[in-house]
Amino acid sequence: MNKTRQPGWERTSRESFALPAFGVFSREKARANVLARFVPKPGRPRSIEGRRMLLQNYIGDRFFDEMSLGQSGVRQHYQRFIASFGNCTPPDFEQKRRAVDLAFLRQGITFNVYGDSQGAERIFPFDLVPRIIPAGEWEQLERGLIQRITALNLFLHDIYHEQKIVKDGVIPAFYILSAKHFRREFVNFSVPGNIYIHVCGTDLIRGEDGRYLVLEDNGRTPSGVSYVLENRRAMKRSFPEIFESVGVRPVDHYPAELLKVLRHIAPPGVADPTVVLLTPGAFNSAYFEHTYLARQMGIEIVEGRDLVVRDARVYMRTTKGPQQVHVIYRRIDDDFLDPTVFRSDSALGVPGLLHAYRSGNVSLANSVGTGVADDKAMYYFVPRMIKYYLGEEPLLDNVPTYLASEPKDKKYMLENTEKLVIKAANESGGYGMLMGPMASQAEIEEFRKRIEADSRNYIGQPMISLSRHPTFINETDSFEGRHIDLRPFVLFGEKPVIVPGGLTRVALTRDSLVVNSSQGGGSKDTWVLYGDD
Amino acid sequence: MLSRVANSLYWMSRYVERSENIARIVDVNLQLLLDFRNLDHQALAGHWVPIVQSTGDEQAFFALHPKATGQAVTQFLVFQTENPNSIVSSMGSARENARMVRDQITSELWEELNRLFLFLKSKAGRDLWKVSPSEFLQEVKACSLHLQGLADATVVHNEGWQFMQVGKFLERADKTTRMLDVRHKSAQPAQLDGEIPIVSQSDALEWSAVLRSCSAWDAYKSLHGAEVSPRLVAEFLLFSEDFPRSVHFSVRALDTALRAISGASPGRFTNVAEKLCGRLLPEFQFSTIEEIFETGFHKYLDLVQQKLNAIGEAVFTAYIFQRFDAFDQAIQQQQQQQ
Repeated sequence: MNKTRQPGWERTSRESFALPAFGVFSREKARANVLARFVPKPGRPRSIEGRRMLLQNYIGDRFFDEMSLGQSGVRQHYQRFIASFGNCTPPDFEQKRRAVDLAFLRQGITFNVYGDSQGAERIFPFDLVPRIIPAGEWEQLERGLIQRITALNLFLHDIYHEQKIVKDGVIPAFYILSAKHFRREFVNFSVPGNIYIHVCGTDLIRGEDGRYLVLEDNGRTPSGVSYVLENRRAMKRSFPEIFESVGVRPVDHYPAELLKVLRHIAPPGVADPTVVLLTPGAFNSAYFEHTYLARQMGIEIVEGRDLVVRDARVYMRTTKGPQQVHVIYRRIDDDFLDPTVFRSDSALGVPGLLHAYRSGNVSLANSVGTGVADDKAMYYFVPRMIKYYLGEEPLLDNVPTYLASEPKDKKYMLENTEKLVIKAANESGGYGMLMGPMASQAEIEEFRKRIEADSRNYIGQPMISLSRHPTFINETDSFEGRHIDLRPFVLFGEKPVIVPGGLTRVALTRDSLVVNSSQGGGSKDTWVLYGDD
Repeated sequence: MLSRVANSLYWMSRYVERSENIARIVDVNLQLLLDFRNLDHQALAGHWVPIVQSTGDEQAFFALHPKATGQAVTQFLVFQTENPNSIVSSMGSARENARMVRDQITSELWEELNRLFLFLKSKAGRDLWKVSPSEFLQEVKACSLHLQGLADATVVHNEGWQFMQVGKFLERADKTTRMLDVRHKSAQPAQLDGEIPIVSQSDALEWSAVLRSCSAWDAYKSLHGAEVSPRLVAEFLLFSEDFPRSVHFSVRALDTALRAISGASPGRFTNVAEKLCGRLLPEFQFSTIEEIFETGFHKYLDLVQQKLNAIGEAVFTAYIFQRFDAFDQAIQQQQQQQ
């Protein structure tokens, strides 16, 4: 046998590291012509006369449209954009679209597709028509988001300490104790600065009246911010002249702000902390984002096997020997962080990491145990948390929600399943969800059974028709309305900071309400204006 | 630099070099067969078996194929993913390693590596192989050279680049000894009266194939003319100071890269890898081919390969996966300094 083969060097004897919760990748399905598939198709002959103005004939109908007021024109804050954008001819537009797609592919701005290990990268479709938010509207959103993350952090501190909110009867103890991600191991453990959620990706939608509603809070390891930054770069390259005339607030300071937060939570006494980003590895769907953020912040990107714990301190293996690590921006779920504490089959984590964390020698962002705030049953109580901890009325409303473990709600949910969206409390990414109006009778029956069997873990919400936004559709070669949502990223360090903008995801399939990248979703740049028009 | 990153750069570079060398071996030997007439099964097997042996994967080969036919051997060396050292497997491993450190290498490097890998797996690749194996293999060689050029011209020559050099030259030194080993049977020492054995025509053809496998034909010719003798070929490929694929040249480049990583000055060492490499280098400076043919060519090559393996292992323990006692010692030292 040839001895000069790359040795496996994982600590465990396992042949290859398993990625239990991140999907299975099969070796045999090697797709050959992947690149060829992504190279934009040669342009079809365009029947349009060269100088027709773009977006001229777009009229939003039926739903709340972000840009169009129907027959009576275009909303105020889109007018400057339209004036500039209209100067772009269809061939120009086509050319810009191709250039952007190719640039994304070349730079590897891709996400990985599970179940396909070789050549398994796709670009996230990007639409060149930006979503625009006027200054006043953004200010409202910003205040609402900060109010929300402040309350969530107070809530997390409280339930891991005195649990006053339970004792005062605002939230029944049952919901907290039965939450899947409530970490009993960390009761009475104090995290640096009492900050639990350092990075929050809050999903917002707009209903038919245009009011912003919170759909969910992602307080564990939200992803997508790299697209916010890269989409903006692509837009600046494609339409430099529009930026000048419209006045768009910048977003590129996000990595610097994030690094500030991470340095802020370093263990006391460490003047110049070593910060690293912990990734599950190259097969994770967000690996591009991990390398991107690490590079932008100028920090090392590490995998579990790069870290070793000695004397309750964390070290990374470098060619110059061990180097101590003080802050870990981890993009791995609690369950996989430390096989000696949570899932023992995790080969992604670091044995002893949580011991070092508890000893105060290393800080984690986000903290352990924030998953309880992501629980969809807990979501129901967020408005109460805001009132309880801050004495304020919530600035951003929840989507009306029914809890299956409340007898009255349950009865309603069972009687109206076909009209509701039913969600499992601890799933994400569109899993464990029933869209009543679109579901078959069998699916509805199936969910009725689940609601009966496991009431604690099901909620119901009315179907919200998300707002729509003009989007270029390749198949019809025209701009059509498509449903969108918005995920701004809220940072919480010394003080809360929100980079103006966020990830606008768009459901590219006609009439679809699912914006997830794995299910035909794309994205748009999000412009927050300096002014209101 | 993170140990894992160094490790990935080292293996990426090593696997690229490996696939290039395999492409050469296969290409040259396919062409060589065209020069022979009336080959029976026996003779064919006699031609291909040493090639499989030289890659060190003899066992794996016979587990998959009953007979060493040209078809079986080329399949095994080029396409079979069951063979971890086939061209396709090697490029796959190189790509996986590159993917782990994608933020550390240039996008040109990544794109080229990715392109070749996708080509190897594509129908277009298979079709080209059927029509013209030589062109197919040319593509592999050209891509490897392109990658090495990109690494030299677009990557910062820092620690990581030095690890790529280490991987490349360790692999190259090893592969050159293996190519020589293919024809060790006809490397006979001089007779007692000093008479040098006569070289048969088929031997000469086979030794010129060895030269071609190392892209050394032109360089050799300009030095020794068109006469191919085993001792001159062996001498050239082992000891040449300035031919970039000779073992001597590769070991010297390896020595330089290792010392660049640690900052040790020439003639000194700071770890086992440097020590072993420093000891190996003079063996090529102060030896003659006659001595080597006397002691046995095959035995000698085997020994060199073992020494190269030992250097590879020493690099792993010095930089990539330090033993736990060494690791703990380093931590203790750091804490005392604080």
